[in-house]
Amino acid sequence: MARVVVNVPAEAKKGEVIEIRTLAGHPMETGFRRTQLGELIPRDIIRTLVCTYNGVEIFRADLHPAVAANPLITFNTVATESGTLEFRWTGDNGYSATQSATIKVV
Amino acid sequence: MNRRGFLLLGVVGVAHAQLPPNIQEIRKKALDEAIRKVVGDAQVRTGRVKLDVPPLIDNGNAVPLSVEVESPMTEADHVKAVHIFTERNPQPYVLTAHLGARAGKARVATRARIADTGAVTAIAQMSDGSFWSDTVRVIVTLSACLEEGLI
Repeated sequence: MARVVVNVPAEAKKGEVIEIRTLAGHPMETGFRRTQLGELIPRDIIRTLVCTYNGVEIFRADLHPAVAANPLITFNTVATESGTLEFRWTGDNGYSATQSATIKVV
Repeated sequence: MNRRGFLLLGVVGVAHAQLPPNIQEIRKKALDEAIRKVVGDAQVRTGRVKLDVPPLIDNGNAVPLSVEVESPMTEADHVKAVHIFTERNPQPYVLTAHLGARAGKARVATRARIADTGAVTAIAQMSDGSFWSDTVRVIVTLSACLEEGLI
């Protein structure tokens, strides 16, 4: 099971800009490295991260091999209403991971 | 084939083998092409974007970088996307982040692999179709992807 972590404040004021941090455990193999026998190690990366807030997409990122292993991505959003944020990572070799976080807006 | 022809062939062959492929030129072209693909025919202006990268990097395998764009982030005027490129990597692309008015603040941070001393460029695509950029030159002491030889 893929390990992913998200950090979303549990509570926020309405209209406040909150910072969201996401981290996925993944080697992000570039496809440019070779083994000691000289064989290319095939590319294996996370390609996209999509974040939805109560079903509405608020952030999307396209990742490339130049993103470091265990990709950490930080972004912001406005706390509009209480609900859940869904995060979805997809990548090579059928990689897929989801995580959700709840937020209470007062 | 006579002896002279054979020797000549050898000389030509060695000369060819020793010609270094102009990797810098190829990568610069790839970077220009990648930026062109994102920007199209629009003009890229400097300003409004603040790319934050440490100028001296000990380890190119995980370089913290952040991009902040000056924008009111309203429905009428917001940042649509942030693109990050590097000059010296085998591929110029690093990350593309698609934002919207709901982001509130146009800031994206991540960790990148940077292969060699060179420029890192961030380009912001605004909702009105304009492009703004910031470029930082960084020095890398231990580069990414080098442990098994570069490309």
